[in-house]
Amino acid sequence: MSTTYTRRTLLCVICESSIEAAVAADAKRLGAHGYTLSDARGWGNHGERDGGWPMSGNVRIDILCEAAVADAIAAHLQQTYFAAYAMVCYLSDVAVLRSGKF
Amino acid sequence: MPFEPVILFFLLGVLAGVVRSDLKIPAVLYESLSIFLLLAIGLKGGVELARQSLAELVVPALVVVGIGALLPLIAFPVLQRLGRLSRADAASVAAHYGSVSVVTFAVGAAYLSNLGQAYEGYMVVFLVLLEFPALMIGVWLAKRGQGGSNLGKVLHEVFAGKSILLLVGGLVIGWLAGAEGLQPLDKVFFDLFKGLLAIFLLEMGLVAASRIGDLKRAGAFLLGFAIAMPLFAGTLGALTASLLGLSVGGAALLATLYASASYIAAPAAMRIAVPEANPALSIGAALGITFPFNLVVGIPTYYWLASRLEGVV
Repeated sequence: MSTTYTRRTLLCVICESSIEAAVAADAKRLGAHGYTLSDARGWGNHGERDGGWPMSGNVRIDILCEAAVADAIAAHLQQTYFAAYAMVCYLSDVAVLRSGKF
Repeated sequence: MPFEPVILFFLLGVLAGVVRSDLKIPAVLYESLSIFLLLAIGLKGGVELARQSLAELVVPALVVVGIGALLPLIAFPVLQRLGRLSRADAASVAAHYGSVSVVTFAVGAAYLSNLGQAYEGYMVVFLVLLEFPALMIGVWLAKRGQGGSNLGKVLHEVFAGKSILLLVGGLVIGWLAGAEGLQPLDKVFFDLFKGLLAIFLLEMGLVAASRIGDLKRAGAFLLGFAIAMPLFAGTLGALTASLLGLSVGGAALLATLYASASYIAAPAAMRIAVPEANPALSIGAALGITFPFNLVVGIPTYYWLASRLEGVV
């Protein structure tokens, strides 16, 4: 049996946990079919985000979707959150199975 | 009087943070302890409330909330004009100082029981009522004349947020069940309270120590504000309590409530509603200075003030 891969975009968003619900809702509204959310810790422009208490918590949201959807979400995040919140956002090309899911 | 042990746990946490110890309280434990503390404080207040006529509380509650609402309105122009903070930063810091800290309240109550000093059990109702008006005022101050206020989001953040939900939930459960109904739960919620508060304060010491870096950015004005504001607000609280005829213990706790600065509900609400405000300033001041100041110096001072003012107004 041959395995069929399809190209999709993986949009990875790492942001402060205070806006987790808002970012997840934005992603859904802009066409994401799903996302994977995990707690994250790290260090950067906003100092150490060690997750020791709620205001220093970070989350990582992985969204697998079509390139156009990823672009729309990334543009929206840039416009809405980049200025005031701790947020990193990057895209990569990936190969997925069951392309209809994404 | 022996030194209040829970404060020593806090200082141990600060020390651990300062010497960069590998001590770390897991985030899950922090969450679990805060749920426990909020519920336990609510339940204790509810049990006391069941012994009380609710109608008699209406006027004192209105006075306490009305005078408490002045705090952010006084703090805002001071921060904006004297401190030269931006409007958003001044409004956010004002909201933190107008709102209250549940843990400072719990330590104040522990301090009083250590002294054998009674206080009105319904103080928890004031704790709940004082938590949110300042947050609304803070958002209004930040967004005045700009349109596009996020007040709806703030209302949701505050009322559906865990601190109000669990405090009010505990209050109602305690009120409905009464002291006898809650007796089977006493061992968990009341007997364990102080030990778990001690562990929570150990973590808060670690967190407070981690905010020391923020303070360097905050500047001398904000450092001074973080000590002067609680002293002013505490005095206003003791005077208000004297006006209402509260006991010395009640007056010390109301002063502690007015003097405390929120670091659970306010940072979360302000982050959503006033994103342009720099959280390092408000959290650095509230948690890095005012919280430790109130624990170590403030609470004994407010108690002393309350004893001096008894029956004066």
